[in-house]
Parts: sequence; C-alpha cells; structure tokens
Amino acid sequence: MVKNIVDWIDARIPMTATYNRHVGQYATPTNFNFWYFFGSLAMLVLVNQLLTGIWLTMNYVPTAEGAFASIEYIMRDVEYGWLLRYMHSTGASAFFVVIYLHMFRGLIYGSYQKPRELLWLFGMLIFLVLMAEAFMGYLLPWGQMSYWGAQVIISLFGAIPVIGDDLTLWIRGDFVVSGATLNRFFALHVIALPLVLVVLVFLHLIALHEVGSNNPDGIEIKKNKDENGWPVDGIPFHPYYTVKDIMGVAGFLIVFCYVLFFMPEGGGYFLEKPNFEAANPMKTPEHIAPVWYFTPFYAILRAIPDKLLGVVGMGLAIAVLFVLPWLDRCKVKSVRYRSMVHKLNISQFAVSFIVLGYLGAVPATPALTIAARIFTLTYFGFFLALWIYSKNEKTKPVPERLTH
Amino acid sequence: MSNAPVDTGRRRFLTAATAVVGGAGAVAVAVPFIKSWNPSAKAKAAGAPVEVNISKVEPGQLIRVEWRGKPVWVVRRTEEILANLATLDDQLRDPASVEEQQPAYAQNAGRSINPEFFIAVGLCTHLGCSPTYLPDTFGEQVEGVPSGFFCPCHGSKFDMAGRVFQGVPAPLNLVVPPHQYIDDNNVIIGVDQGDA
Amino acid sequence: MKKLIIALVTLIPSLAFAAGGSNVPLESANIDLHDKESLQRGLDSFQHYCAGCHSTQYQRYSRVADDLGISVDDMRAKYIFDDSIKIGSLMENSIPSKDAAKWFGATPPDLTLVARVRGEDWLYSYLKGFYHDESRPFGVNNTVFPSVGMPHVLEELQGLPVKQEDGTIVSTGGKLNAEEYDQVVRDITGFLVYSGDPVKLERESLGWWVMGFLFIFFIIAYFLKKEYWKDVH
Repeated sequence: MVKNIVDWIDARIPMTATYNRHVGQYATPTNFNFWYFFGSLAMLVLVNQLLTGIWLTMNYVPTAEGAFASIEYIMRDVEYGWLLRYMHSTGASAFFVVIYLHMFRGLIYGSYQKPRELLWLFGMLIFLVLMAEAFMGYLLPWGQMSYWGAQVIISLFGAIPVIGDDLTLWIRGDFVVSGATLNRFFALHVIALPLVLVVLVFLHLIALHEVGSNNPDGIEIKKNKDENGWPVDGIPFHPYYTVKDIMGVAGFLIVFCYVLFFMPEGGGYFLEKPNFEAANPMKTPEHIAPVWYFTPFYAILRAIPDKLLGVVGMGLAIAVLFVLPWLDRCKVKSVRYRSMVHKLNISQFAVSFIVLGYLGAVPATPALTIAARIFTLTYFGFFLALWIYSKNEKTKPVPERLTH
Repeated sequence: MSNAPVDTGRRRFLTAATAVVGGAGAVAVAVPFIKSWNPSAKAKAAGAPVEVNISKVEPGQLIRVEWRGKPVWVVRRTEEILANLATLDDQLRDPASVEEQQPAYAQNAGRSINPEFFIAVGLCTHLGCSPTYLPDTFGEQVEGVPSGFFCPCHGSKFDMAGRVFQGVPAPLNLVVPPHQYIDDNNVIIGVDQGDA
Repeated sequence: MKKLIIALVTLIPSLAFAAGGSNVPLESANIDLHDKESLQRGLDSFQHYCAGCHSTQYQRYSRVADDLGISVDDMRAKYIFDDSIKIGSLMENSIPSKDAAKWFGATPPDLTLVARVRGEDWLYSYLKGFYHDESRPFGVNNTVFPSVGMPHVLEELQGLPVKQEDGTIVSTGGKLNAEEYDQVVRDITGFLVYSGDPVKLERESLGWWVMGFLFIFFIIAYFLKKEYWKDVH
C-alpha cells in the first residue's frame, strides 16, 4: 500500500531520489565533531522563528500607537502569549549564537576554500539578511531601545556622500523614525526577508550537497571511493547524523529552554531594560547600545573618529568575510595541519571579535575607545596577515584518510 | 564501518523510545500554539455579563443588547402574541423545545423565565445572519401569524418564541442565552439563573 | 603595548558599571514573589498612595485579584470606585493625562513595567531615597533620582526625611518607624515587580518540567546515537 503510493509519486516527481540524494544516501564524513551541530541547530532555530513569528503577528499591532501595548497584550492577555514571545525573542539571540559558532567552524576547518566558495557566499548572504531581519524585528516592540536603535542605525546611511540625507529620509518615510517606518519594517520583517532567507537557506543546502561536506581534517572524502563508488570515509546522513543531530538538538534545547524559562531577558542583553519603556521621540535613554549580536561591528563604527569612515569600516568588517575564500591562498584547509602562525592568527581573531562585542555593549570612555581601535586593527589584521602568510605557508602533511 | 553484529532489538527499542518521547514533546510544543487561539483576557472581559433595564420596553417592541459581540434581543410580548404561540405547534420543527437551544429554566411554552419578555441571541441557527423582526407584516410569510422573525439571508422563519418553522433552511430554534432577573426591571445576560 | 595593557585593565571595573547608570549604591530589596500577603499589602499601598496619578494599565483587576489570591468581590469593593469599570478592565488611570501634565509638568508614567526598566533594587532605594530639599518645587529631592518631579507621597508614613552629613536619611514624625516603613516600601516594590512580569512564577514552574523532560529526552537520544554509531567506530 505505502509502496504503491510512493511509486505513484515517484513516477511524477523524484521524491525518493531527492530523499536519497540529500538524506538517505548523502555521504557524510565520519569524523564530525561538536562544531558540526550548529548547521542543523540553525535550521531548528529558523523554524522556531518562523512559527512563533507567524503566531505573534496574530496579535501584534503594527502601529506607533498600538505596538507597545500589543506586546504587553500578548505577554499578559493571550493564553501562552508570553511563551510564544519569549520563544521568539530568545530565538533571535540563539540564532546569532548558533550562526556565529557555525561561521567559526567554517573558519577553522577551511570550509570556505575551493570548491566551497559559493557555499560560503550563500552563507554570508544568509548572515547579512539575518542581520537586516533582526534589526527590523527589533523595532517592532516600539520600546525606547527599538526606537533609538533604529534612529541611530538608519542615520548611518546619512554618512553616504551626496545622497545620504535623502536616503535616510526615504528609508524612514518621515523626518524621524515613526509609524511609517514601523509599518514598512513590519512588512519586510514578516514577509519579504523571511522569504529571502528561506530561499538562501535552500541554495546553501543545495550548494553543500553538490560539493559534499567538509570535515575537521579538511580532506575530500570523495577522492577515496570503494568499488561501488561510495566514499570509504563516508556514512549515510541518515541514520547516523540524524540520530546524532537529535542528540545535539536535545542538548541545545536544554540551554535554550533554561534561558527561555529562567532568564528571558538574558541579563539585559537579549531583552534590554529600556525596551520595557514605550518609545518616546522626545527622550533618549541614558545609554544606548545595539543588541549584543551587532556590538562587534558597532564597536568598529565607534572606534573610527569619522562618520563616513566609521560606516565604511563597519561595512568592510562584514564585506571582508565575503572574500575570505580568495584571501586564504593556502591549499590546506583544516587548522589541524596548518602553521602555528595561522593558529595564533585565528585565536587572536576570535579574541578580537569577542572583545569588540563587549566594547560595543558598554559606554565609550577614552581608554575603551583606544582598546576598540586596537582590536579593530587586529580584526582587520587577521585578514591581511592571512593573505600574506598563506601564500607560502609551512603546513603539516595532510593524512590520506580521516582521523578520529 | 565495523562489522560488529547489530543488536536490532536494542536499536528498535531506542528508536521507538526516542520517537515516542520526541513525539510527546512535539505535542506539548503544539499546546501553546493552539491555546493562544482561545479568547484572550481582553475578549473574556468584553464578553462579561451585561445588565439590561427592561422597564422602558413598550409592548411589541424589540431592543438589542450586545453580549459577547452578539446581538441579544429583548422583546416584550403582548397577551395576543402569547396566545398565538400556542396555536402553531403543527407548523414548527421543535415546538416543545426539546433540542438544547435554551437553558433548562427557559424550556417552556414561551421559552423564557418571564413570559412577557422573550430574550434570545438574534442570530439565525442556519448560517448566522441576524433575522429581521417583523412586528406587523410577518403574516405575509406565514398566514395567520401576525408577528415573527424572518431571516433575510436564506428565508428562515421563527415565531415570537424563536421557534423555527418547518420548510426553511434553519435546523434549530433560536438560542436563548443564560440570563437572570435581578428584580422585575433588570436582567443580567450571561449569567444563569441561580448563579451568583 | 602599554596602552593596550591600560585599556585591558580598565575593561574590568567598567563591567560593574555596565548595568547601572547611577553611581549611587542601591539597597537590596529582597523581594519574595511567593509572599502573597506582602504583594496584597503592596497592592493596597499602591492603590492608596500611587494609583491616583500612576496607572498600571497593562494589568487587569481580575488578573491581579486572581494572582494575588484576592476574591473578585474584595477587589471590586476596595479598589474599583466607578461602576462603569468592570472587574476585567485594565487598571487605567483615574486622572486624565492632560490635567496631570498640567499639574506635574509631565504625565506621570505608567508603572506596569517600571520594575523591568529600573530593577527592583532601584525602586526600593528610590522609595526610601526622598529627602527634604527646599529648593525643589515639591520640597523634596531623591538620592537615586536627582531632581525628581514628584512629591513624597509616603511622607505621612515616613515622616519628614532629612539628609544627614554622611548621606543617610533620618526621618521624624511619621506614622511608622523605620523598619515598618521599609516593609511598606518593600511591599510596594514587590507588587511592582509582580506587575512587570506577572507570569514569572508560572513560567519558572513550567520551566522545571520542561528541563526534566529535556534531560530524559537527551539521555534517550544519547543512547540511540551511541547504539547506531557502533557501526562506525
């Protein structure tokens, strides 16, 4: 009976073939470690955001007059509305935690290198769209941080020569951030950008499955196949990685739900204190900072003492990640078999990113501004140094087969 | 791949256990999504019982009150109307109000606590339109019945106790909402007689 | 390099200031949301002294009655003086905001979420922080909210608070002694903490069930993974 239905469908669309290609017989390296959980976790969080987001729109009111009160309506009057809202707000931060770790994985194991450049580019586009999505979503509660955060970020576009002022006016649709801005951000946040995200995630997966997964050894399992054409170091994704990812999901959910149920404000970093006060265009909060996932880039912006150059620097900090596959000229992928210089360089990059993240979250003082400048230099220094030393890097011999 | 023998029993058990526990988790996650569609505290507050003063209603007059967003009718019936009700039994679907379209205390000839005042939710039991009250011209719809309710959407007809006539699309009598008299002049709609 | 070290060292103390804003040390409020009686007293004081000007407009009377263990009839009899307000209504303000703005120069803010904006210790310290200051329009100033635009509404309880040389506040002539006054202030703070996040207790108790479930699920998933991966290793 089931077989008949499957045959009927397979005669019309390649259902079984697609399943086998992407899950059932997708050859996956045997040696994935902890770092390889974050791809599937990002999918999980995406689904969480889509579902809770759809449910939140059912009670959210996208107007300057009604937005703030409608969030409190969801939190208090709608049955389990608080849970849906905290799932969405905690999910937003979890999304960036997972994505940053996922990107770092790509960085240390050289997953951006040939032949995975396009895979990396789709990933970077996802990151970019995700930042836009998060930024627009953060305006919707219409609290003080929402309002002034949007005001500041939109004003960045004013730094662009000639068209800057007209551009900010056009983005806001008003002389300050207003209901008009809220409405267009709402439309983009709930429809346009999620659509783009889903399409990009689809392309990201297609690109991955075309070239195959990289692994902690950074060698191509496809180069070593048995008589049936199956990579000797490969195992089918299902059941081996489905069961492993289920375990990963359970572990992730323990942390996620702990935050969700016991500290949904995330210590003032996931839901910022001033955002519990309705937007007031007449009064800026004492200390405004973007949400934690933007702070590394915000610190770079603040470190540069020139409006235009600051914006350029911040843009460059993201743009330079796009060209990473071409900056790294080494043929060896994984950090395991690369030089000490590279190991140190990656370590200092991770430290720089985290310290910049911290600096972007606290009020600027002269000493901290100096620190931000130094770490801005080391952030960009990573890429420059990589480009220089990777040409003739002294690497260790790469094994023929995967190690465990 | 190692060639160690596979313990299929253990494997099957663990797969089933994961599926069952995971499935239970998925069902639990669905609960907040489903429950969030229930009326909110705001809707419940807006749907609270409504008090109506009926002392100003003229004989034959109908007033409308909003309860839970629905139109509730209060009609003051004359002696003639009440007398006419008793003569219609063979033309009605449910003359004795057997179907539970009214609280038990209104399951009587006039479908009311006080026969003088008929209180009903003014929504047709067919597809939810609000029928028109025809105090004088209902005779055009049903011969020999001077007043009644006629639904403009699909032509259902009800008598002055909200009982549905035969041969129309509506299957049931009009709903009588829970209500109670505080005194002769004031009625609360939405609270059953006897409840606080 | 020297500059870098200085910068790194300065990072450490700035961590402590990141959350605050005001440099005045705050007193710990020690709120216990399980203490229903304290919350009820807090509601009572709030309605008596604060609600004239400040609303808690995202809360409903019925919800508060339910959460604090007050009967609906008590709630209505004690705190609802207008027949047009239903028990399920939002706890909105009794004075129109335009008049309030005229009297105080600014509309008194809604306080439903004030505990989430300021924190409980700030609120507690604020309510204890009023002191006599002739130069201010209402004759009082505040240690944690300098130049506050609000009179000291609890003065009849606390008495006239005078700031001493060492910064402490001593008051005389109030209905309550210092300890009793602290308790009133703690009750009000507790009520506002409850108002800011009324679902907190329910959320945490549900959270333990979820954590328990997830641990069980994790253990089963771990053994399932281990069983299948015997093939590989």
